[in-house]
Amino acid sequence: MALIPAMTITIVCFYGFIIWTFVISLTRSRLLPVYKFTGFEQYVRLFANERWWTAMQNLAIHGFLFIGGCVVFGYFLAILIDRGVKAEGMFRTLFMLPLSMSFIVTGVIWQWVMNPGLGLQEAVRALGWTGFEFNWIVRPDRSIYTLAIAGIWQQVGLCMALFLAGLRNIDPNIWKASRVDGIPVWRVYLHIITPMMRTVFFTVFILMSAIVMKAFDLVVALTGGGPGFSSDLPARFVVDHILNRQELGLGAAGAFVLLCTVIAVISPYIYFELKKERGGRGH
Amino acid sequence: MRYNRWALYGLLCLAAVMIMAPVFIMISTSLKSMDEIRNGSIFTLPTDPSFAAWSKAWFGDCTQTLGEKCGGLSSSFMTSVQIVIPALFLSVGLGAVTGYSLAVWKMKGANVMFAALLVGMFIPPQVTLYPLIIMIRELGIFGSIPGLILVHVIWGVAFTTMMFRNFFKTVPQDLLKAARIDGAGFWRLFWHVMLPLSLPILGVAMILQFTYIWNDFLLGLTFGGRSGQPMTVALNNLVGSQFGEKEYNVDMAATMLTALPTLAVYLLSGRLFVRGIAAGAVKG
Repeated sequence: MALIPAMTITIVCFYGFIIWTFVISLTRSRLLPVYKFTGFEQYVRLFANERWWTAMQNLAIHGFLFIGGCVVFGYFLAILIDRGVKAEGMFRTLFMLPLSMSFIVTGVIWQWVMNPGLGLQEAVRALGWTGFEFNWIVRPDRSIYTLAIAGIWQQVGLCMALFLAGLRNIDPNIWKASRVDGIPVWRVYLHIITPMMRTVFFTVFILMSAIVMKAFDLVVALTGGGPGFSSDLPARFVVDHILNRQELGLGAAGAFVLLCTVIAVISPYIYFELKKERGGRGH
Repeated sequence: MRYNRWALYGLLCLAAVMIMAPVFIMISTSLKSMDEIRNGSIFTLPTDPSFAAWSKAWFGDCTQTLGEKCGGLSSSFMTSVQIVIPALFLSVGLGAVTGYSLAVWKMKGANVMFAALLVGMFIPPQVTLYPLIIMIRELGIFGSIPGLILVHVIWGVAFTTMMFRNFFKTVPQDLLKAARIDGAGFWRLFWHVMLPLSLPILGVAMILQFTYIWNDFLLGLTFGGRSGQPMTVALNNLVGSQFGEKEYNVDMAATMLTALPTLAVYLLSGRLFVRGIAAGAVKG
């Protein structure tokens, strides 16, 4: 009985609505849903749509830079903290502070920092380096990189926390043994600890991918998808077509393709989570 | 060795400075005048700090806007508060009850249901957005605070259920057996045994849900309409509006006002936030 509300939400609002969206994507719906089926016409239109491909390409670029940056910097920060520093709590608190803010706040702050007229570019020039250029946010060929900068700034603390938890789980005997053998610290991290941390790397990768594929707020606040559509992302494409452009069918098709991308990346993770569950119950 | 230590602290401080720099720039810009912003650098401290921009961001400026409402962010702040509080308690409460029934009362399909919920956490909101709009419209609560509360509960329940279910799974079976032998039924077991046990996880879920709901943008944008604009949507509108001259100090003050509640919760809760954020990260 107590399960009814949650079950209704799951069945109707998650799975039912996914099917509904799929059905809409098979119709010619524009402003309102009309249930006249046209097969996969909307998908054909979607794949012929240049803006969609820009968005998908941007997703790949942004995903690569954002996930890569978060993993590299997050792991590095976790190792630094793991070396036994004083004031560890303070550093941790500072590194994770951006996490508590919304993507909108992050986007607005970075939009101001990267403002070509009054922001970082001007500030560095005023210091004497007059040829300094950092106007990526207004350059169509560079704007997508600004998303990764702001995104990494916000999420690196989460990666650090996950990696740090992993490092703290490493058997201290490994450190004792390596000290006896006289192996340099950096080699222990690179050749011994890092391979042991592969499940943590896997988790971080999945979590960050989920964030990348849903990335909507950050683009809206930072670049608005611009200049032009140069920094557009699929999530924004979908919302724009459903809410503003009266292209419901096309938006639904985009949403469904997005969902398939998410499933492709996430399913190994779900599989392992459930397997872990089953394994745990055996005892 | 000593040299290494210095390098270690040097790198950590450098990272801390880089992460805090945008926050510093936001605060110092919000305290400057527009003249100072135009003529100075973003790194300098305000020479004559003033809260004028803050008050303009909060109360609005009725002398400049044409026809549009000039209420500033204060009304959206209130809207956000009115959304967050009920949505927080409803989603956490529902998650606690659902997680409890899934973990403790082993019924058929509990695992299937849990798997379905787990997958639900990853579904991009865009995929169910339009059907949800229709549902909320049919219920007659589109563009209102109750509508937003409902969508937040719908979107939050997978996460809160997962947190409580995973916690309740760790409660020793003997304790449950003892309680049942004493004749505790479904609700008594929940109220008198499980809920008191789950206080730490309750704290984590509350903090995280507060942060998610306050920081949400997409749902507020879609379901808020004109009267139910939460803080993030209002901030985005303020910053994005092309009306007149851009006032960066007011923008930054507004950003600070939007960020303050979640920042405060984060700084006050510390460890609990860290514990939960890993579990809830998939929500993005």
